[in-house]
Amino acid sequence: MNVFLLVWSYLKSKPLNTVLNIVLFALGIAVITVLLLFNNQLEEKISSNAKGIDLVVGAKGSPLQLILCNIFHIDFPTGNINLKEAEQISRSRLIKKAVPLALGDSYQSYRIVGTTSEYADLYHLELAQGAWWNKELETTIGATVARELKLNIGSTFQSTHGLAEGGSGHEEQRFVVKGILKQTNSVVDNLILTSVETVWHVHEHAAADSTERNHEAHAQPDSSFVASRLIPTHPAGDSTKEVTSLLIQYRSPMAAIQLPRMINGESKLQAASPAFETARLFSILGVGVEILTGFAYVLIFISALSVFIALYNSLKERRYDLAIMRSMGASKSKLFVNIVLEGVVLTALGSMAGLLLGHGILMALGTAVEEMRKAGLTGFVFYSAEWIILAGSLLLGMICALIPALQAYRTDISRVLASN
Amino acid sequence: MVAVSKLSFAYTPDRSITFPDFTLDKGEHCLLLGESGSGKTTLLHLMGGLLRGYTGSLQVAETELASLSEGALDKFRGKNIGFVFQKNHLISALSVEKNVIMSPYLAGVHIDTHHAHDVLTSLGLGEKIKSSVKEISQGQAQRVAIARAVMNHPDVILADEPTSALDDKNCALVIKLLLDVATRNNATLAVATHDQRLKDKIKNQIIL
Ligand SMILES: Nc1ncnc2c1ncn2[C@@H]1O[C@H](COP(=O)(O)OP(=O)(O)O)[C@@H](O)[C@H]1O
Ligand SMILES: [Mg+2]
Repeated sequence: MNVFLLVWSYLKSKPLNTVLNIVLFALGIAVITVLLLFNNQLEEKISSNAKGIDLVVGAKGSPLQLILCNIFHIDFPTGNINLKEAEQISRSRLIKKAVPLALGDSYQSYRIVGTTSEYADLYHLELAQGAWWNKELETTIGATVARELKLNIGSTFQSTHGLAEGGSGHEEQRFVVKGILKQTNSVVDNLILTSVETVWHVHEHAAADSTERNHEAHAQPDSSFVASRLIPTHPAGDSTKEVTSLLIQYRSPMAAIQLPRMINGESKLQAASPAFETARLFSILGVGVEILTGFAYVLIFISALSVFIALYNSLKERRYDLAIMRSMGASKSKLFVNIVLEGVVLTALGSMAGLLLGHGILMALGTAVEEMRKAGLTGFVFYSAEWIILAGSLLLGMICALIPALQAYRTDISRVLASN
Repeated sequence: MVAVSKLSFAYTPDRSITFPDFTLDKGEHCLLLGESGSGKTTLLHLMGGLLRGYTGSLQVAETELASLSEGALDKFRGKNIGFVFQKNHLISALSVEKNVIMSPYLAGVHIDTHHAHDVLTSLGLGEKIKSSVKEISQGQAQRVAIARAVMNHPDVILADEPTSALDDKNCALVIKLLLDVATRNNATLAVATHDQRLKDKIKNQIIL
């Protein structure tokens, strides 16, 4: 016999009440847990994806779309920008690094990104196997792409025009996998990286089926060759070529003030700050999250009330039990602790069930829903805030049990035992 | 073992109940007789330390109960006193065995499950050890209450109307078991009752 066994016996003697209380509490905690896991992971993903990128420059349109498309690779491009203009921007002394991106194709809904080796530096990418892309149609693919599509070094595939599944295929051009990246837990895991020229090439084929291959000539620079500062293998000042965007790293904090204003005001291009746009996105998402959180708190409040009522009612029936226990030598405080513990055990079980349920829901979603899988959201992560949830639940259980426990403490044993 | 002198108790300031002086030796049995409302329950509760604030002197196990704090009284009760009430008041959430084990558990003494089984068997409840207390008869329940009262080898067993709710057959059985158990434990036994059937069972009688 020990105090937990005693408490458990009482809970077991009212199985329906106990189960109802635990389930109610667990539901509230599960909603909170799902929100916590979802929100935290999303924030982590967003900050890790946008890390080191101060500004994105692209075609005019929605700035949020520009960020979503070029950093998180979820929305569609706002359009393309002229390579020559992009080069002019990148000449600014305020810029430390400018990395071009050329989007437009995908394979099995995984995006093909034409870029330069600077992109790898920007994201601190490392190879797990193979090599970086070098020649045309060579690719280095993200860890998730390799895993989900079962691609290996030397695998070949055909891209589809457009960024969604089921676009028209680019015949003849077969991409080849040269390397596979280490897992980064960022969006890069879902990307197929290749050279900008490859994207151009594939598109020229699609557009005109042109046999003209001047870009290949550029690959072997002659004496008069002046390399583009964005794409070292391409000559500078080519206004016939386009890229989708530039990812920019500032040289100094001053740039944050001057550069966006300069680009947005003086050119046909648009500059958007990932930090600013994601903050805006979160404030939009925040409303929904707040509503759900409020709902969860209501659930938890109701279940706390239910725990209180259950204990309060059962105490009426247990006046004799309590008096008998006192007659066997139990002290007032022992009974007090007993009742408090009953509340705590209820909320502790509810809370643990809720945490498990919350993780379970995210695990299920993480495996069943492709978007969740691609975004790398899982139920297999734990945050220290969950300890706070657990501790808060225990505290709530104590509070719910306080009044019933005080009643138990104050029981007039002689009167109860005399009133047969 | 029990010494009462000039003892009186007042529930309300205007009316107090006065008790006759008496002493009980270790192992002695006695009957506290009196009409309903004469103060039998009050006296037992005073002797068991369930009620405090008497005037006069009340010594149990060589201790003046008024000298004990509330917490000390709880411990004293757990160690020295065994109670049996009219309605047995078993804890319905627990099994027969666990009800009996509650006694040493709550008193904070060593829990001897073997002893619990022995006591239950000696009271003819060997087959009911694991039963829920909801599944046993009233006579059996009263025997469980007796087992519970003697679990900690108390010096004093206090029984308040232990037979009033029972039929003749169970009445005879319960009082016999109570006397047996008290004798075996060399415990002082005080039975408060207005049940006429008990009059010739215990010679030593105190009239309130
Ligand atoms: N809690 C109480 N408050 C006030 N008076 C009480 C209380 N309990 C008992 N009494 C009174 O004390 C007297 C003795 O009661 P009790 O000891 O229960 O008698 P008995 O057990 O012999 O029937 C009765 O007159 C009763 O009304
Ligand atoms: Mg009485």
